[in-house]
Formats: sequence, C-alpha cells, structure tokens
Amino acid sequence: MAEIIAGVGTSHVPAVGAAMDNGMTQDPIWAPYFDKVEPAREWIAKTKPDVCIIVYNDHASAFSLELIPTFVIGTAPSFIPADEGFGRRKVPTVQGHPDMAWHLAESLILAEFDMTIANKMDVDHGLTVPLSVMYNQPDEWPCKVIPLCVNVVQYPPPTGNRCFNLGRAIRAAVESFPGNERVVIFGTGGLSHQLQGERAGLINTEYDNAFLDRIVADPVAQSKISHTEYMREAGSEGIEMVMWLVMRGALDEHVDEIYRATHVPTSNTSNGLLILENSIN
Amino acid sequence: MQTNPPGSLPPKDYESIPGTYVFDGQRCRDGYALNMFCMSLAQESNREAMRADETAYLDQWDFTPEQRESIEKRQWLRMLQLGGNVYYTFKLAAYDGMTFRHLAAGMTGVTIEEFADMMTSGGRSIEGNRTTGGESNG
Repeated sequence: MAEIIAGVGTSHVPAVGAAMDNGMTQDPIWAPYFDKVEPAREWIAKTKPDVCIIVYNDHASAFSLELIPTFVIGTAPSFIPADEGFGRRKVPTVQGHPDMAWHLAESLILAEFDMTIANKMDVDHGLTVPLSVMYNQPDEWPCKVIPLCVNVVQYPPPTGNRCFNLGRAIRAAVESFPGNERVVIFGTGGLSHQLQGERAGLINTEYDNAFLDRIVADPVAQSKISHTEYMREAGSEGIEMVMWLVMRGALDEHVDEIYRATHVPTSNTSNGLLILENSIN
Repeated sequence: MQTNPPGSLPPKDYESIPGTYVFDGQRCRDGYALNMFCMSLAQESNREAMRADETAYLDQWDFTPEQRESIEKRQWLRMLQLGGNVYYTFKLAAYDGMTFRHLAAGMTGVTIEEFADMMTSGGRSIEGNRTTGGESNG
C-alpha cells in the first residue's frame, strides 16, 4: 500500500518565490530566512517522497467569485503555474498523479467529503512557493504533486475540525491505494498576517508559537479553534492556518517534530516551517 | 467549538475586529461587480482595453456610484468598505504598477517606508488591536 510518511507545514508567501526567481536569496533582508530553510531542504532531499499532496488555497487565480468550491482536488496529468498579474512564475510545470488523485477523489467523496474535481487548473503561489521552499530551483520537480485547494478567501472557510477530519480521510484513502508510493502531505499558509484594512501588517508571534506547539502535541484541541479567534489573533489572512490541520490529521496522534523554524517577517507575514514524522514507537 | 445546529448561524462576532473587513456573503454580494472587474485585469487583453480607454472599460460594469468613484480615485480602503476583497483589489493595484506594500500603505494611511519599517520591526502589534469593544483590548 501507499503510505503517508511525513507532514510539512510551511507558509506560502509570494515574495519568497519572487526572491528566489530574482536571485535575491542572499540579500541581507532574505538571507536569514533562507538559512533557516536549508535543514528542511536537506531533509526532503534525503526523504525523497514519490508524491506530495499539497494543501493550499487559490488566491483569485484559478477560481474567482463565479465559483467558490470549499475543497478541490487536482486530477490532471500536469498543472501550469498561474499568471498572477506579473506573468507565470518561471518554475517547472507541476506533474500530477492522476491515478492516485482519482483514487483519493473517489474515496473521499464516498467518505462523505464532497470534493470538487479539477481536470484543468492553474496553480498559483500557494502551491508553487511551498515546492520552491522545499526543493529550491530544480529543472524538474522531483516528485509528483496532488493539489488540494481549500477555500479560505470567502468566509466561511471549512472549520478546523472539518479540515482535521479531511486529513484523516486522506490518510485512509492513501493507505488503500494499490501502489507503493511514499507520500508527504503539505499544509500551507499562515502564520499570522493581515493584508487588508486599517489593521494590515498585524503579526502575533506569541499566537503563532502556541499554534505550532498545539499542531504538534494537541491537534484535536487546535481543531476546535473558531474562525473568529484565528482572524482576531492571527489576522484576517491568518485563517489560512486551518489548512495545516488537514496535514496534521493525516499523521499519527503522536508525531516527532523533526524541524521547526519561524521568521518575522517575510514580506508582510510571520513565516513558519515545520516537519513532522509519525513516531516510530 | 465551531459547529452550529443545522440551519443556524453564529452571530457575526468578527465584526468587532478593528480595521478588518471579513469577506462574508454580504460583502461578496455587495462587491461582486467591483471584484470581478478587478479579476478581469488578470488578462492582458483586458489590461490593454482599460489602458486604451478607462472610462469605456469601467462603463461595462454594474458598479454602484460609490464603487465607481472609489475605483476612479483609487481609494483602496473605501473599496474594501464597499465590498472589495484585497486579493481582487490587488489586481487593480498591480495594473497600476504598484507592489503590495504600496497597497498596504494606501489602506493604512502611511507612507511605504513607514509601513516597511513597521514590518521589519516585527509588524503591527496585537496589543490594543484585538477588538473595537471596551473589553480585553490587549
């Protein structure tokens, strides 16, 4: 059977991708962040997952206000980086895994998670920046990718509890897939940030650190946190943090924290990076 | 815990978050034309049409007079108050050649340098910014 071997939590700040695309990673403002990324890159280079399931949100790129699906799974053979107003990012085309993605879609729908199926979808910085964070700048991405979008732009997003339970269902679906793929699941977005209104620029590192502690040690408690608490404490766009619960739900109750880093700020965001593996004992 | 009996909705307790325009169903309805106009600017052919004749391009959309004025005057905060969503209004800002920092400065009434300085020194503090109510504001 296929199996989920680890989870990665990471912010998906567009400026991080732009810094890499424009050769600015060693600039004084960026070098301290990219230094913290290096151990995560070493880990994934050693771990070599066959497939990454990347849980992220679309930012008015593939979807607009015409259609607002809560959960979307990408079943296409490949996905092109979206043009977000500055041309497409010059990163490799993302290769999908239609066999596993369709298996997940069918399994999840029958498990009563009403997924939207995307046979064609451009992927924006929410997906490509996490790949850049973990894999740097290869000629081809070294893994297949299953995009899984969560609506967090239109209120209300799915609850944290729903996200956590989706993660559990994803794990069951992966483990019933007739293959031997080793899968890493990414939860992306956050940490605290607010991009809108008079309160734009909000950062709450104390809340971010407590969130990371609970994602590791007590995700069930974290899954009960209300949307209003996320928005009040972590900023209106900090609500992206619910997507980390999908990742966490796909792992064991007890996990080993392999790596954690935070950095304030990357652009206007408190940046988090976390690697979790299922505990061996 | 964030669950509700079927068919019920919790009170909009997020309305007490200061300086924040949560993009709920009412704002989606109010801002539909404004946001979809912004979305149209993701396509180069539409950007060219807007550059060629902004008035004619804006005439195609069913804005309220207030929305139309906020777009013409690039009143970034007012757009949010009239149903705009920042991921959409940023597309208009990008059309104008602005970065996100320009937009943030425009919404918060400071210069780009002041906003950048605030971010590099740790961002806007949560203390005093939790609620517009009198209680537990810090």
